[in-house]
Amino acid sequence: MFKTLTSPIRNTSGMARWILLAGLIITAAFVIMAIFAPWIAPYGFAQNSSDGMRFPKMGPPSAAHPLGTNDQFFDILSRVIWGARTEVTVVVLSVLFAVSVGMPLGLLSGFLGGWADRLMVFVMDVLYSFPSLLLAIVFAFLLRGPLGGGTFAAALALTAIYIPQYFRVVRSTTASAREATYVEAARAIGARNGTIMGRYLFGNVIQSVPVIGTLNAADAISTLAALGFIGLGIQPTDAAEWGYDLSRALDDAQSGIWWTTLFPGLAIVLLVTGLTLVGEGLNETVNPTLRKRRFRKVRMPANEPTSALVEGEV
Amino acid sequence: MPTKPEQVADPVSAEDQTLVELSDLEVHFELRGSTFSRLLGLDTGTVKAVDGVDLSIRRGEVLGVVGESGSGKTTLGRALLGLVGATHGSITYRPRAENGTVREQVVSRLRGRELRRLRTDLQMVFQDPHAALNPSMTIATGVGHPLKIHGIASGADLRRLVAESLERVGLSPAEQFLDKYPSDLSGGQKQRAVIARAIILDPQVLVADEPVSMLDMSVRAKILELMLGLKRDLGLTYVYITHDLATAKFFCDRIAIMYLGRVVEIGPSEEIFADPKHPYTKALLKAIPEPDPAKLVPRDLPRGEIPDAASPPLGCSFHPRCPEAVAECGWESRDLRALLEEHWTRQDPDVYEKERGLVGNLDRLETPAKQVTLGARGSASRVKALLDRVRSENPDEPMWKGVDDMTEEADGVRVEFHPGVDPLLRPAGTAAEVACVLHPAPVTTEPSRPENHDRS
Amino acid sequence: MSTPQDQPVVDARDLRIWYGSERGPVKAVDGVSFSIRKGEILGLVGESGCGKSTLGRGLLGLLPAGAEMDGQLHFQGTDLLSLPRKEMFARRGTELAMIFQEPLTRLNPLMRISAHFEETLKTHERGIGKTEIRHRALEVLRVMGIPPTRYRSYPHEFSGGMRQRLMIALALVLRPAFVVADEPTTALDVLVEAQIIRILHDLRREFDTSLLLITHNLGIIAEACDRVAVMYAGEIVEIGDARDVFADPQHPYTRELLRSTISLGTTGLNYIPGAPPDLVEPPSGCHFHPRCPDAMNICAGRHPLKRQMPNGVLTQCWAADLRHGLAGSATALTSEQTAPLTREEFSVADEA
Repeated sequence: MFKTLTSPIRNTSGMARWILLAGLIITAAFVIMAIFAPWIAPYGFAQNSSDGMRFPKMGPPSAAHPLGTNDQFFDILSRVIWGARTEVTVVVLSVLFAVSVGMPLGLLSGFLGGWADRLMVFVMDVLYSFPSLLLAIVFAFLLRGPLGGGTFAAALALTAIYIPQYFRVVRSTTASAREATYVEAARAIGARNGTIMGRYLFGNVIQSVPVIGTLNAADAISTLAALGFIGLGIQPTDAAEWGYDLSRALDDAQSGIWWTTLFPGLAIVLLVTGLTLVGEGLNETVNPTLRKRRFRKVRMPANEPTSALVEGEV
Repeated sequence: MPTKPEQVADPVSAEDQTLVELSDLEVHFELRGSTFSRLLGLDTGTVKAVDGVDLSIRRGEVLGVVGESGSGKTTLGRALLGLVGATHGSITYRPRAENGTVREQVVSRLRGRELRRLRTDLQMVFQDPHAALNPSMTIATGVGHPLKIHGIASGADLRRLVAESLERVGLSPAEQFLDKYPSDLSGGQKQRAVIARAIILDPQVLVADEPVSMLDMSVRAKILELMLGLKRDLGLTYVYITHDLATAKFFCDRIAIMYLGRVVEIGPSEEIFADPKHPYTKALLKAIPEPDPAKLVPRDLPRGEIPDAASPPLGCSFHPRCPEAVAECGWESRDLRALLEEHWTRQDPDVYEKERGLVGNLDRLETPAKQVTLGARGSASRVKALLDRVRSENPDEPMWKGVDDMTEEADGVRVEFHPGVDPLLRPAGTAAEVACVLHPAPVTTEPSRPENHDRS
Repeated sequence: MSTPQDQPVVDARDLRIWYGSERGPVKAVDGVSFSIRKGEILGLVGESGCGKSTLGRGLLGLLPAGAEMDGQLHFQGTDLLSLPRKEMFARRGTELAMIFQEPLTRLNPLMRISAHFEETLKTHERGIGKTEIRHRALEVLRVMGIPPTRYRSYPHEFSGGMRQRLMIALALVLRPAFVVADEPTTALDVLVEAQIIRILHDLRREFDTSLLLITHNLGIIAEACDRVAVMYAGEIVEIGDARDVFADPQHPYTRELLRSTISLGTTGLNYIPGAPPDLVEPPSGCHFHPRCPDAMNICAGRHPLKRQMPNGVLTQCWAADLRHGLAGSATALTSEQTAPLTREEFSVADEA
């Protein structure tokens, strides 16, 4: 297991390897922040006072508030750390949802072919052709009523955007794997369609999923931030969210208050970059057309002709 | 897996000898034309991969099905297992139960559950061992999967049976292979694993589609030896599909030679090799590269390649390539085109340009026709002179036997071809059957099927 | 391009091609020497993984990144390995050409055959005219038996055998002096294979080309080649006139390979036990000794020397030396050294 997990790193070289490593380090930092937020963050995400002392409004970075406070008296460092938790949760949920819907559909569509395939491809193409932010806005708007403005609703809104991507990739790999001899062999031993899909195609098709997963995750961060920015994301009382903080702080920048915008913005940029780097790095290892295998330098010892004794030439 | 007892004293009828019977089997595939023509519902054509095959596979024999790619041999094998459906005709499977009674199952009519159940009796070994095993399954899981699918064994029982099967195919000690992935095995080992998976259900028939052609020379013999041993121990019946007559000669009891969806010659191996009758069989034999430097590069081999099964030649499908063809073999317009093109490969570009202009549109010849007009208004005499010149270059060219008449007319030269015959399989020699006009029926028996120049 | 008849077109001395792997260098070609005369066909035969394809590509400088090559490779008198890359590239195509196994992947499906010829000729011969191109292309197509009516067709309109002929035509239109054909008929049917073999065999008549024909099929070697080189584990273990080698193979590997080939004359099955060795750490001494039925004690310890046998064949085998009394004064063998080697039996676990 460990070997398969580290194989992308071992199999890459030069640029690709550094891209992957840098991405992994950045992403890991945010994931750690997300998991340990209650212990790392100095205050709660919606805490505006401590020990009966109210925090300053838009206070500059200080010893008590290393990144300053914002217009709602919140500690920005805490908001950034708690925000990481929100982002990571939403992204993990939305990618999980998208995979668990898009992949089975793609598998089915690619395996069955025929009119069912054509219908599903059509629906997915329609979904895909919408600008993703627009789609997210529509879904966020629709889901607000039944689910409220929480993390879960935001994750579902994002899910809709990414389903077509998994569907497409899984469908095309399935359609080509379906022609493989081992699938015919499975039929020849009497496997039913469900078994063929589950035991023969699934395992060989999922390999392309992690790459789109990480690239989608990066995209999901920016879309979530955008949703928060226009006020359709997570409600500020439910969780801290960078996009929302950024939109509230936008006016501050003109009055010389830089810390309220800089830190949430930086967090978005960093995490998006980190995830993109991981995705690109993985892509180079998984996608054989991009892959350049790592060559070990060969050092030949001096050429001692083995043809030391050649009696006559042929 | 117990060794199946030989039926010795059993008085067996001919019917009883036959384990699988193919009767007028046809497997046709709809050709997928361009999107445009499909939208318009235009006729996109059919490929007759298997086109009327009668064949009986006897209990305990090795039947070789030999042919080039495109001959339909692989489709035939897949049809035997019900992996592709029969368009017409039937495949009847007659297994003998423990008590000696013979059941009868029409494979070509089975569907779903019953068809899957049949797979416990009919199994397949594939050409490419690297592709025939699921790369994400261990050997234990992959080889044992048939048992699981058919609910025969599971858990420790299954593992034990898999180990037995692996040992039987020579992958021993089995413990060394059980938990490996296919990618950890060499080509020969993979093919052994594929065979282990095929025999784990204790089948009666094994269809082996080119089981050794992707292996190195030094390994082929090992796999063939293994298969012969398994046949002996397990009482298997083999259908050995190959393009390689050399292994077929060694391996098979009977051999069926296929060409463009039909069996053109069938008989006991010894007779096929000692006295090949169909010109195609003769050509195949001559073409095998033998590791004997005294043998020179063969020069009198059939020209061209196996034609497109979507529009087979009229008459006998082999006639365009046949060095022994006669007048009634089914000569037609496309043969004339091929002959002209062959003539032009021997001419200077300038001569070619001139003659090409004279003949006019060659695509006219692409639609099979027994009568065709070449040239244009007023050019008849020059076209006739060209055809005469081509003929005099090689008067022995078989096609000229099939040209009944060449008349100069107002709009060109009208070439008329001799009516052709599509030969049926008929007894020839001692125990063989051959489909060739050179080997007519020995007596005046009426053919069961009307012989027609146009393949139906 | 006037080569004196006696000077070989290609002369390779102690060629080595190694490439890196996680476990150390893979010695795909390790000390190979041979020469090919003008108009001669040398067959290179061996099992998969013996280094024959690497050698073929190496001769044309078509090695993948990470491969190292050294030794001497003289082509018409110049050492190709000392040439700058650019010059090597210029020679490839014009004087050196390659024919691959799968022709369809080497042809551009969107380009007519005529365009393929135009591109090839224009790249290597600047300022060549359209009529000249057509003339040259039709001429070489004629030799390949492709009718001029097909000159404006697309690759997909050709059958497999025709495509391989096209590839050969494209390789030959520049009239190279040396062509490497790597398994040119493996993907073809037996009748078409025979046609292609005949074309390759007859090349020298029209083009004066020297040919290295790489194949795993001994039958093809026997029919088409003048000389044969048998390759095992990165080395040429036997090289000589095809008739001599087939009539009286000197190296046990050649003999066993011939015996394991199933032909029409086969009456019993033979095979070579074990598997070809790992090229990272090939066996000590003679690389074949673990599988060799004739192995002696010395074979496991000392690499045999290349020697010419009485029938003119060059081979490296202690047993052959002993048989012909060639292990003379310089390398006299003791009875201890010539005692049969005791080895463990091969299990299927070690098989290829």
